[in-house]
Amino acid sequence: MNSPASLFDRLWDRHVVKRREDGLSLLWIDRHFVHEGSHHAFGQIAARGAKVARPDLTFGVADHYVPTRGRGGPVPDASIARMVDQLSANTAAHGITLFGLDDPRQGIVHVTGTEQGLTLPGLTVVCGDSHTSTHGAFGAYAFGIGASEVAHVLATQTLWQKKPKRMRISVEGATAPGITAKDIMLTIIATIGADGAAGHAIEYAGTAIRALSMEGRMTLCNMSIEAGGRCGMVAPDGTTVAYLKGRPFAPDGALWDRAQEDWAGLASDADAVFDREVALEAAVIAPTVTWGVSPEQALPITAAVPDPEAMADPVKAAAARDAIAYMGLTPGQPLASVPVDRVFIGSCTNSRIEDLRAAAKVLAGHRARVPGMVSPGSSLVKQQAEEEGLARIFTEAGLEWVASGCSMCVGMNGDTVPAGERCASTTNRNFKGRQGPGARTHLMSPAMVAAAAVTGKLTDVRQFA
Amino acid sequence: MTPFTRESAALMRLPVANVDTDQLIPARFMKEPRRPEGYGRFLLRDLVAEGTAPAPAPGQTILVARRNFGCGSSREAAVYALADFGFRAVIAPSFGDIFASNCVKNGVVPATVSEEDAERLLGIEALPATVDLEAQTIACGNVVVPFRIDPVWRTQLLNGWDDIDLTLAEADSIAAFTARDVAERPWAAPRRD
Ligand code: SF4
Repeated sequence: MNSPASLFDRLWDRHVVKRREDGLSLLWIDRHFVHEGSHHAFGQIAARGAKVARPDLTFGVADHYVPTRGRGGPVPDASIARMVDQLSANTAAHGITLFGLDDPRQGIVHVTGTEQGLTLPGLTVVCGDSHTSTHGAFGAYAFGIGASEVAHVLATQTLWQKKPKRMRISVEGATAPGITAKDIMLTIIATIGADGAAGHAIEYAGTAIRALSMEGRMTLCNMSIEAGGRCGMVAPDGTTVAYLKGRPFAPDGALWDRAQEDWAGLASDADAVFDREVALEAAVIAPTVTWGVSPEQALPITAAVPDPEAMADPVKAAAARDAIAYMGLTPGQPLASVPVDRVFIGSCTNSRIEDLRAAAKVLAGHRARVPGMVSPGSSLVKQQAEEEGLARIFTEAGLEWVASGCSMCVGMNGDTVPAGERCASTTNRNFKGRQGPGARTHLMSPAMVAAAAVTGKLTDVRQFA
Repeated sequence: MTPFTRESAALMRLPVANVDTDQLIPARFMKEPRRPEGYGRFLLRDLVAEGTAPAPAPGQTILVARRNFGCGSSREAAVYALADFGFRAVIAPSFGDIFASNCVKNGVVPATVSEEDAERLLGIEALPATVDLEAQTIACGNVVVPFRIDPVWRTQLLNGWDDIDLTLAEADSIAAFTARDVAERPWAAPRRD
């Protein structure tokens, strides 16, 4: 009899090409996404005269640098134009399918890749971007890699990896109304710390996770990296299958039936063993916001800015003191009173159709008190949101409705938060300067950002219910 | 990649937790498809400007920081900036996973120490330090502390191995794997119609 296996064990075992004595395994990679930032890796393989081993399993997406305004025309910033052109040239030279700047399917790599049905349960998925963990929502082993590893995958379609430890995070019970995947994840990170899952592959389990849509599962897995995890995953189920059916690159016909049989056997055995287990109660999770400069510095919106002088751990206290100074807050100040200067709805964490619907529901019939920007996760999400009338709600509220890309999540395309300004944001990183030098970022769910837009301050979205 | 055995040099002390890769090199300096040589001058630019970090000084090639060093984005440019400046070893109680792996690819040693030992090293006034990869120790003044590193990474760093060459030698294993895999998982290929 086989010993009990977890979802992650099955994914790992299925992809080992060769196991080396020293503990490294050569893993087969099923999908590889590249973006503008992958130019270092293309440069590395060009330098050694190597070819792309499997262009049919490699997909390019223009997202990190693309302009979100004036699309269709020439890119005004010459250095950004060069980044975008270089991706087109590199993918064309190697015969790689590209969802380029003007492709109707273009979008943020983790939104486009999943919505096209390229990510499937049971696959290994990599990309030179840490939020590749998003794809784990399908029950795939998906992880971000550095440029040297991108070059390695381009040249060989494999990677040498050491098996991470297994960690299960279970969220049991039903969440209160208005609680989203973002609130669950920020609560998990605040609980275990920004390095709490370091060296681990996370499996999210429990009734509250099962109840999430694919969009919600993607939000959750997306931020696994903010908990320090190598990857995050949710076992595939009926929700996964329903989402994938009919997607352009997903299997169909007899292959679809065969795939479903295989996927049904992926879930962890009931008695599977994990190196670490964390359990949370869904019912206690409140709408959550970050107050500091690390995603672990998060609290329920009903709480106050913490007092570093009252913290027992001197390293934590020093970090909190520094964060509070950078964020321009005062210890003891209620979070729900903090005024914001602008809002941003977008990024691979929260820019899918369900996220936009949630934000629009709060904004409908209101004017935003602060300026803000809504950038849908893909050009197809943009189109759908326009058809559903969501775009009108955003623009009538006074927010700017722009094209799809990484935009103000990282500011590489010039969409930044001015220094000293405070932004309520649906993104995943509140690091110093992440949205622009001196920018102050508060992370929260799309509905919470919409509520902040309406009142001009951090706000408990439950008062809009 | 240059093999690493031991490095003796001035120690840069960075008493900050959660230094992410956006701090190591802010995104706005990556807007050109330029070569990584030259990234060193952007290292820690914003943290230095706001007074949170001391300016890295030429001659410093070993850095010690607090927990979760190199968390955040997968940008290997963070390691390019460190390596281009001259850093060959980074010491912290914990690291971002992808960052640590990127370090190894560029010949930089990610040395994991206990919180207490990190604080001891942070407390030492500017003395040269020695990172000994064979012995897995860091010496600074009269303090000697052990560090942890994945044994596979240690071997790679000691030998200066290049991954791609190692893998290309596995062509037969890869071919055998794919032949079997196509038969077992025909659905795994992206549909093209
Ligand atoms: S939206 Fe932000 S987090 Fe997501 S891939 Fe783009 S830069 Fe990375």
